[in-house]
Amino acid sequence: MKPLVLTTAWLIARKDLAIEFRTRTAFLSALVFALLGLGIFRFAWDPSAVSAIDLAPGVLWVIFTFSGLLGLHRSFGVEHAERAIDGLLVAPVGREAIFLGKALANLCFVAGIQVIAIPAMAVFYDLPLGRPLLVLFAIALLAAVGLVAVGTLFSAMAVNTRLAELLLPMLSLPFFVPVVMAAAQSTTQLLIGRPLAEAWPWLKILIAYDIVFLTACTLAFPYTLEE
Amino acid sequence: MLEATGLVRAFGSRRAVDGVDVSVGAGDCLVLFGPNGAGKTTLLRLLAGLLKPTAGATRIDGALLRGDSAARAAVGLISHQTMLYGALTARENLEFTARLYGEADPSSVGERALRTMRVFDRADTPVRVLSRGLQQRVSIARAIVHRPRVLLLDEPYTGLDASGAAALTRMLEELRAGGAALVLVTHNIGEGLAIATHAAVMRRGRFVRHERREALDAERYTSEYHELVGGPA
Repeated sequence: MKPLVLTTAWLIARKDLAIEFRTRTAFLSALVFALLGLGIFRFAWDPSAVSAIDLAPGVLWVIFTFSGLLGLHRSFGVEHAERAIDGLLVAPVGREAIFLGKALANLCFVAGIQVIAIPAMAVFYDLPLGRPLLVLFAIALLAAVGLVAVGTLFSAMAVNTRLAELLLPMLSLPFFVPVVMAAAQSTTQLLIGRPLAEAWPWLKILIAYDIVFLTACTLAFPYTLEE
Repeated sequence: MLEATGLVRAFGSRRAVDGVDVSVGAGDCLVLFGPNGAGKTTLLRLLAGLLKPTAGATRIDGALLRGDSAARAAVGLISHQTMLYGALTARENLEFTARLYGEADPSSVGERALRTMRVFDRADTPVRVLSRGLQQRVSIARAIVHRPRVLLLDEPYTGLDASGAAALTRMLEELRAGGAALVLVTHNIGEGLAIATHAAVMRRGRFVRHERREALDAERYTSEYHELVGGPA
């Protein structure tokens, strides 16, 4: 990959993050959603019926998936208003650089939610802090790459439709299933104190998913912009 | 400089642009007139490379526009929408665009473009709080920040006050004098003919008239235009 592509991708990501930093609308909405979700599940939870370690991974990944969708929807929304996307398409930049820039900004968005939501989950469900939490951050980031790659592609496809807010989850969620499953399983292995080797098959799925979908989505992205 | 041959763009069974040839040399300004739905904006988007033609191709200095980033770098576009990010300031919008075009000093080229459009005093204001007219000025500054050799303008005077319109006209004249090729879409015949070197009338996706400006009398052209398209534009 030429350095120019990465430079342009970073430029676009930095612009998206600056816009989000100014408005904070999507990040705050997603964060409030994540914390509310954790809180609601916490108060609905009966510790005598199901253990925290059985419940927490599922709750965490459902919350990450849906809060991430809030940011993904906004990703191309900012380009759609006043057709700023035309400014990018007329410029001498590769379509893949636009995709990678958008995906990078979305990854920062999802990672920002994770940085706050994972410790919150540990507090809400009395889960062990320390090393398992650090490994959990690594798993979360690995899963976020796959979610963001697929979500960014579908966000670009959905933004020009009248039902964008409905279409994005409808298109994305079936593709998220392998990531969420693998991430939740490896989180469970980690939280019950199993060695990392036992979670390795699930982590391999996450790594393979990231490589396949990041490549496939980067290659498919230019076709979503063709009018 | 800008050459397009046999451009066709169909949406389903309807041909919005139907076999148009365009040739605009350095320092020339082609002004396109036509009623709503004639295909002017579609033609401009084809010339900008934003739309994939059903047939035909656009070339800049012989290089195919689609797929050649050097050819795309030569193009500037002013559209109906501002193509700006409302949360960013005018300065940030221009610097971002300048960086996309690989400008060595994005800050100074951004400032120069804002000064050209007489909107430098609002450089640090977020675009969303500017009036529509000032947004249009910033949008024009965005389109010229990389000193394009081909500038495509779709109704650029819309929303501009007298000062903004004068700044735009002066900027277009300077660009032309510097050897840029301009394609301007407008409904205002007087405004268009004032800067045109060539004028064309589009109807139903085709050029129904296309001639050099010096061969035209403005008053006669206006009445002929209204007859041709069926009533005042």
